Amino acid sequence: MSNPAATITIADPFRLGHRGPNIARGHGGGGPATKRVIVGYGFWLFLLSDIVIFACLFAAYAVLADATAGGPKAKDIFELDRVAWETACLLASSFFCGMANIAVAKRNQLLTQLALLATGLTGLAFILLESAEFAALHGQGYGPTRSAFLTGFFTLVGCHGVHVSAGLLWLGTMMAQFFAKGFRPDIGRRFLCFSMFWHFLDVVWVAIFSLVYLVGTRL
Amino acid sequence: MTHRHDDELEYEDDDRGGASDEHMAHLGTYALGLTLATGLTIASFWVAKTHVIYDPGIPMALATLAVAQMGIHLVFFLHLTTAPDNTNNILALAFGLLIVGLVIFGSVWIMAHLNHNLMPMQQLMQMQR
Repeated sequence: MSNPAATITIADPFRLGHRGPNIARGHGGGGPATKRVIVGYGFWLFLLSDIVIFACLFAAYAVLADATAGGPKAKDIFELDRVAWETACLLASSFFCGMANIAVAKRNQLLTQLALLATGLTGLAFILLESAEFAALHGQGYGPTRSAFLTGFFTLVGCHGVHVSAGLLWLGTMMAQFFAKGFRPDIGRRFLCFSMFWHFLDVVWVAIFSLVYLVGTRL
Repeated sequence: MTHRHDDELEYEDDDRGGASDEHMAHLGTYALGLTLATGLTIASFWVAKTHVIYDPGIPMALATLAVAQMGIHLVFFLHLTTAPDNTNNILALAFGLLIVGLVIFGSVWIMAHLNHNLMPMQQLMQMQR
């Protein structure tokens, strides 16, 4: 039994290395998967179900995009400059979250807190930009009740905004947990889930800015 | 999507030292992902504003760029790989994409045909009189 594993260890020290032969490799062999793998998989399933919700909202928006009821069309109300800044904020936020990942792996408290703070501030800037856009539309009388198109738009983009806002609260609790409790394995797993959530929100935003805003200005 | 310490056992979680070159590779991964994502974003905004591309082709071009950028995010930020310990994640993603495709394309397809086949509302009201 141990003979093939020993051969692999020599051939591929980075993959198996000191961890020995009793590790699940996803091929049915080895022992049980680690808690980190299982937690990551479970949260990934949650994210995929969340993406199905977003798919429903995208479908509703796509169906209703032409139902303007005499109100404004997409190209009348979308401001691409603001969308570009929102995109930049969220992409930077995702990158800072990756930096926090590295800092956590290095167990550097200061860098972790700084990277998470940068993640939060860029995320907050995104939310403020989006709120300003919604407030401006509402002020012009183009609220979600104006037409089916605007209902679909506010539901889809607003749902993403609510996700980001919830993520900001989660981010705050992660900073507090790293500060108060240090780099415990369970807190590391919570942070794994948070960073997956945060990157996932950026993926959804890519779909929104491309298919709602950019396509909308050209139809 | 998970990280380089995925396959560590629980009790090894506290022993992460001595792998600084792996950290550097990690930083490079994120930097490369950021560069590619930024490039694709700029390309998307350029496509939306330009008149170089044939107009009806622009939504398809934007959709292609969006899919490419989502792929970049999955690989460089969420660390989705084809490694054996990622097989379950990939399979779940494939199933998720199937559902997403059915929901979006199915809805658009059905509703477009309904719109096409239904009589305009005014005509319908006149017939009911």
